[in-house]
Amino acid sequence: MLRFIAKRLGSGALLLLVISTLTYFLLFFSSNSVAQNLLGETATPAQVVAKTHELGLDRPILTRYVEWLGNALHGNFGVSWYTSQPVWDTLTSRLPITMTIVLFAIVTAAILATVLGMAAAVKGGFIDRAVQFLAVAGFAIPNFVVAIVVVTLFAINLALLPATGWVNLTDDPAGWAKSIILPVLALVVSTVASAAQQIRSAFKDVLTRDWVRTLRSRGISNTEILFKHVLRSAAPAGLTVLSLQFVGMLGGSVIIESIFALPGIGHLVVDSTSQGDTPVVMGVVVFTVIVVILVNLAVDLLNGWLNPKVRV
Amino acid sequence: MSTNTAALTHSVAIVRSSLLSRLLRNPLGLISTAIILAVIVLAIGGGALSPIDPNHTDALNLMAKPGGAHLLGTDAAGRDILSRIISGARGTLISAFLVVVTSIVIGVPTGLIAGYYGKTFDSVASWIASMLMSLPSMIVLLAVRAAAGPSIYVSMIVFGLLIAPGFFRLTRTAVMGVRNELYVDAARVSGLSDTRIISRHILTVVRAPIIIQSAMISGIAISIQSGLEFLGLGDPTMVSWGSMLNEGFQNIFLNPLMVLWPGLVISLTIGAFALLGNALRDALEDAQKVKLSRGQAKKVLANAIAEAAANQTPSSVLHAEGEHLLSVDHLSVGYPQANGSLKYVVQDVSLFVDKGEVLGIVGESGSGKTQTAFSILGLLPDNAKIAAGHIVFDGDDLVAGAEGVIGQKEMAKFRGKRIAYIPQEPMSNLDPAFKIGYQLVRPMTQVLGISKGEAKARALQLLETVGINNPERVFNSYPHEISGGMAQRVLIAGAVSCDPDLLIADEPTTALDVTVQAEVLDLLRDLQKRLGMGMVLVTHNFGVVADLADRVVVMQYGRVVETGDVRGILRNPQEEYTKTLLSSMLEGKTPLTMLTRKDA
Repeated sequence: MLRFIAKRLGSGALLLLVISTLTYFLLFFSSNSVAQNLLGETATPAQVVAKTHELGLDRPILTRYVEWLGNALHGNFGVSWYTSQPVWDTLTSRLPITMTIVLFAIVTAAILATVLGMAAAVKGGFIDRAVQFLAVAGFAIPNFVVAIVVVTLFAINLALLPATGWVNLTDDPAGWAKSIILPVLALVVSTVASAAQQIRSAFKDVLTRDWVRTLRSRGISNTEILFKHVLRSAAPAGLTVLSLQFVGMLGGSVIIESIFALPGIGHLVVDSTSQGDTPVVMGVVVFTVIVVILVNLAVDLLNGWLNPKVRV
Repeated sequence: MSTNTAALTHSVAIVRSSLLSRLLRNPLGLISTAIILAVIVLAIGGGALSPIDPNHTDALNLMAKPGGAHLLGTDAAGRDILSRIISGARGTLISAFLVVVTSIVIGVPTGLIAGYYGKTFDSVASWIASMLMSLPSMIVLLAVRAAAGPSIYVSMIVFGLLIAPGFFRLTRTAVMGVRNELYVDAARVSGLSDTRIISRHILTVVRAPIIIQSAMISGIAISIQSGLEFLGLGDPTMVSWGSMLNEGFQNIFLNPLMVLWPGLVISLTIGAFALLGNALRDALEDAQKVKLSRGQAKKVLANAIAEAAANQTPSSVLHAEGEHLLSVDHLSVGYPQANGSLKYVVQDVSLFVDKGEVLGIVGESGSGKTQTAFSILGLLPDNAKIAAGHIVFDGDDLVAGAEGVIGQKEMAKFRGKRIAYIPQEPMSNLDPAFKIGYQLVRPMTQVLGISKGEAKARALQLLETVGINNPERVFNSYPHEISGGMAQRVLIAGAVSCDPDLLIADEPTTALDVTVQAEVLDLLRDLQKRLGMGMVLVTHNFGVVADLADRVVVMQYGRVVETGDVRGILRNPQEEYTKTLLSSMLEGKTPLTMLTRKDA
């Protein structure tokens, strides 16, 4: 068990190294004009050279990378070139906002998708066709279109919920709840149907197994077979789907946070990439990849718990 | 995805020629093809088709309502929305095309190599694939844009790379599936080079799933492209649906229509690709099927059932209730086909079992013996249909004609406690996720209502009874930790755990080693005698019947061929088929004389 976790974390560290290296060298091409951008059009060449030197951009890329890596390993991600704020502080204050939205969305989507997928697989008929139809619709309507629709409907036409903005939970719990409903809804609507469809096929597959029939022959109630046995065997497939959806939602949060003006990671990444703010972009990439690695590890461990055959 | 692959690969060769016509006959296929063709026409036609220059600003007509010169109205700068939508089609399609081509070029060859040769390349490529899949693509794309500038096409090529694992996995799975097929082996033996085999035999197999996947990926690509444009991260000099959506969103309080049109075309186009993918899959899968509407199918099925009821031979002796433990009377079971007919697997079968008696049902595979057994247990697959007949168990109707089949809830009262079942394949009949102990204890606590402790003591004793030396260890094991022979003993223990009156054993020894078979038969005989159970023994082996059964029913093609006392039938079979079955038994056969000289 511990060996498995260690192995996965090792593989994750390697992944992190590969991705951060690639991103760093990729960003090198965009960092040339940073000094000019920072100082504005009116800066003299001498000022630009001075600024470039100040940021350390006149040194070879490899030196800069090794230095960044060394610092990053000690938890020091540097400061933003634009705001001079420590990247660590910016990220730790913004990550909770993104995670709040994404976690609420994935949990809601998981529950709804499981209920819908199970109902479609077991009941068939109308529910089954409805899920199939919704899956296509959910795939066809991108999350930002859904977001615009829910904003128009609930914030503008019905004026029930705020269209944009973030409220801290500690400041105003009711306002906080209101501020996350629409972003969560937008993410859920565009993922739940396709997840439900995949959970449906996983369920249908398990329902044809011989042991389901044998359990029935033993007099075990249908409810217990479905919720205890079939659900457990179908869960690994469902979890895998949901972990991919989670990654998708992290990407989707970029657009959702822009639409709802939420001060999360997604919003940050749009600004910092368009400015070429390398330290911030690197910080975001490292944080996101770490989150993804941890989620995938958690899913693997859960799968092991669910299926004793792959248990380690 | 992988489950579909197998079905697709089989049908692809036969159906290619008429694929297009079948696709267009499907209404959704037709609509989606029409929408995509329309977008293609707009993309090629471009400026020539737009009524007004998409960048022309009409300062007197800002945010005009639809109608007049501006069919869909104008935007905040007075530009014609229709013209801008037309000119946005090109960028959208080129983006989708770039993503699909990039991901195919990267994903398919690597998938072919990984699937065909395996080994190191496979493990490295699979690692990279799972790495790419775990990346949040939007964030990577933004980083790429920061580096490579605002060209949407560069971003799309990178996105093609990020999504290539989809094609990689699809191809790899498909190739692994056919790599060991006989015809590929034959090609290899006949000296064809790997390149020839891959291009000739294997590419044919993966072509269909790749086309379907391409349709889906096109949809995803358009969604990503519009998303980037919506964020203002596309090429600012190009008109695009995403940037129109963004401009509309800025003015959503003033003119919601500006959001509606681009939102609609984006969703319609992506939806068309998704539906095209589905329609292509259906067209490939339903190659040979004749499809009827649900209403038609219901009608045809009702006719088939009425016919079955009319055709059944009149019951000569109506069974007196309670006379037999189990009686099956003129049972017919069929599977509804796509064209509405009923394919019979059991036809007009009658049999009975008395208390404490063993009835053998013998026949080759496909003779309907297992389906008969499942009908008694009420465990037929969902798509099976009892067309006619009665099943009475100890005075209670389990089946009284096609409409009189009792529900699963009522049936559950009989299962376990009154009627129990021993399956054929031991390993696939235990839930792999639960310990054996749990799977033995739970039915007892539910059916007999005894406490967990009591049930555990009973389970351990049962395990000992069925000849397991270390009951405690097996009790605490998962199914994959014990052997097939042991698993079959566990299943037998489970079947008799609630003292059933009737035991239905479906080929209980077929999946076991020969040495274990004899032991399991001994165990069954012993248990049956000791507990005084009636038993239905389904088997293809007359030896097993001779060993255990009192009476025998011989089945072929879903019908009863011959029935009677075991001794009588063994000594004096009346039907040709019974004789054939008997002569295929090894025991009691005169040895062939090939190895001995005649004069010796």
